[in-house]
Amino acid sequence: MQELNITIRNKVGLHARPAALFVKAAKGFKSKILVSKDNRVADAKSILNVLTLGAGQGANVTLRAEGEDEADAIGALKDLIESNFGEPE
Amino acid sequence: MQSLKGIPASEGIAIGPAFVYHPVAISVERHVVADTEAELARFHAAVERSKEQLVQVQREAQATVGSNTAAIFEAHRMFLEDPTLLDAIEERIRGGQNAEVALADGINLFAAMLAALDDSYLRERAADVHDVGQRVLRVLAGVEEKALSSIHTPAIVVAQDLTPSDTAQMNKELVLGFCTASGGTTSHTAILARMIGLPAIVGAGDQVLQIQQGETIILDGTSGEAILAPDDATLSIYREHRVAWVAAREAAKGAAQLPAVTRDGHRFEIVANIGDAESAKSALEFGAEGVGLLRTEFLFLDRAAMPSEEEQYRAYLEVAKVMGKRPVIVRTLDIGGDKPVPYLNLGQEANPFLGWRAIRISLAQPELFKTQLRAILRAGAGYNLKIMLPMIATLSEIKQARRLLDEARQELSERRIEFAESIELGIMVEIPSAAITSDLLAPEVDFFSIGTNDLTQYTLACDRTNTRVAGLYDHLHPCILRLIRTVIENGHRFGKWVGVCGEMAGDLDAIPVLVGLGLDEFSMSAATIPATKSLIRQLDLGAMRELAEQVLNVATAEQVRSLVRAAATNPRA
Repeated sequence: MQELNITIRNKVGLHARPAALFVKAAKGFKSKILVSKDNRVADAKSILNVLTLGAGQGANVTLRAEGEDEADAIGALKDLIESNFGEPE
Repeated sequence: MQSLKGIPASEGIAIGPAFVYHPVAISVERHVVADTEAELARFHAAVERSKEQLVQVQREAQATVGSNTAAIFEAHRMFLEDPTLLDAIEERIRGGQNAEVALADGINLFAAMLAALDDSYLRERAADVHDVGQRVLRVLAGVEEKALSSIHTPAIVVAQDLTPSDTAQMNKELVLGFCTASGGTTSHTAILARMIGLPAIVGAGDQVLQIQQGETIILDGTSGEAILAPDDATLSIYREHRVAWVAAREAAKGAAQLPAVTRDGHRFEIVANIGDAESAKSALEFGAEGVGLLRTEFLFLDRAAMPSEEEQYRAYLEVAKVMGKRPVIVRTLDIGGDKPVPYLNLGQEANPFLGWRAIRISLAQPELFKTQLRAILRAGAGYNLKIMLPMIATLSEIKQARRLLDEARQELSERRIEFAESIELGIMVEIPSAAITSDLLAPEVDFFSIGTNDLTQYTLACDRTNTRVAGLYDHLHPCILRLIRTVIENGHRFGKWVGVCGEMAGDLDAIPVLVGLGLDEFSMSAATIPATKSLIRQLDLGAMRELAEQVLNVATAEQVRSLVRAAATNPRA
């Protein structure tokens, strides 16, 4: 299993377009991927789950992936979050 | 012949067949399913069909209303691919529920979760989840969607009420007007109708839903009356009304393109306050003769780092290209601690409106300021851009800004990049100190633009968004009028033109006074330009000068208003 703690820095957080991009990226991997904040856990491939997590700007989240491509999955989601979901710099 | 009365929401006359829009609400009945596999297959087929519909709807919306609204339908499609939602529904079907009940339960569960969150964006998504649930239910029931996208001939849209996702798919070219059972003057239907200039009646009651599909109706958006089954005599009267209204509408559009000249031949410049190239285009349609205030904050908000010179240059150039040779006044960054701008380190302030903001930040962060100045100078090459500094309180701020402007020019010439060699530099007069000492500032600037919103707030020391003190806020208070007179006189004494770029410039009660005080330029939101021009054409400058003298000597804003209105009923007085 791969695990990573990361802070959401983009303006709207894991809402709207960023949430959609996050879920699309997660769906690209075979591994089971969970994203948790405080004591709530969401399936990273479920847009409704991710939205209801309420991870706004500044939220600390934990990503956990388990499966054959777990390392790649965590790497890709980390890059996406760190790029602020492609919002212009 | 029958007449229905509603709230007049948008002016004009429409005559034509009704297109009655009934979004179908599907009732869900519970029954026990023996063959759960077949029921699962039925559910999956309905989901696939719904996703195909959404692709189609999204494509239509993209073409008619643009990508932002179209993105709603992409979100709908993602909901139908959501594993937790699908799992919840499938589990219920495996437990023997029919697809309709399972779907409705699953949808309600997730919509309730979203609706319970303390976030308006997510609460709106709850409506989207319901919306997508209704779509799948319609497919399961075999009910065809009678969408507004199926309007193929000109018609008057009749409905309970209309939401943005209803009107997103509507071909606006074919809509003659709107008539809704519910809603008020600020409902989506009313706002849309006024924006696109179509007659509308809202809140006319449930009787409107009895109107037959294709029945000819007359809509009078000015009186709020809808006439059903009109007889020939009534029809011919209203046909004449419609011809007159269409002619008047075209004339108003045409007249807005002409200059604002008083009866006695004095011309005033009417320009627009805008935020980007898109609003620049619409400002031209409303008859703007240029841009009196280009807000640049949009480039700086909602992002993690400062916009580069190149990005700013392209944004300013885009607006300049729309305006061609017309003047465009670019206001430099006007932001303070009330806005979250992470990369500026604004911090928390007890009094953000009296704090570190606007020109104060720009002068303290010269690289940030010069980056913006270089971008404006470059975009100004071949166009008529001017620079305006917000929140100037003292003379030394103008001198510092000029030095930085010289440095920015120097840097560009060292880089051998084309830029506007000479560019006008003006200031916003929005702090009382600047108005009072405008004789000291005038020699150092090329123009003054009075920001009446902030000038009023600062002079009367009242926050207009605080309901307990908002009553004090009135830009027609004699204290504001006296400051404006001072600024205009001092500007003119040094040969500098003076404008107003607050809401006051488009206030029909204030315009006669500003004309009388000798203001040169009026900058306002574009939609108020046609009415402003039409008012100025009815005025006589000589009479307005006398009016201005009078109003400067009364004690209250109410007295000012009543004098203006008395003069307006007799513009030559």
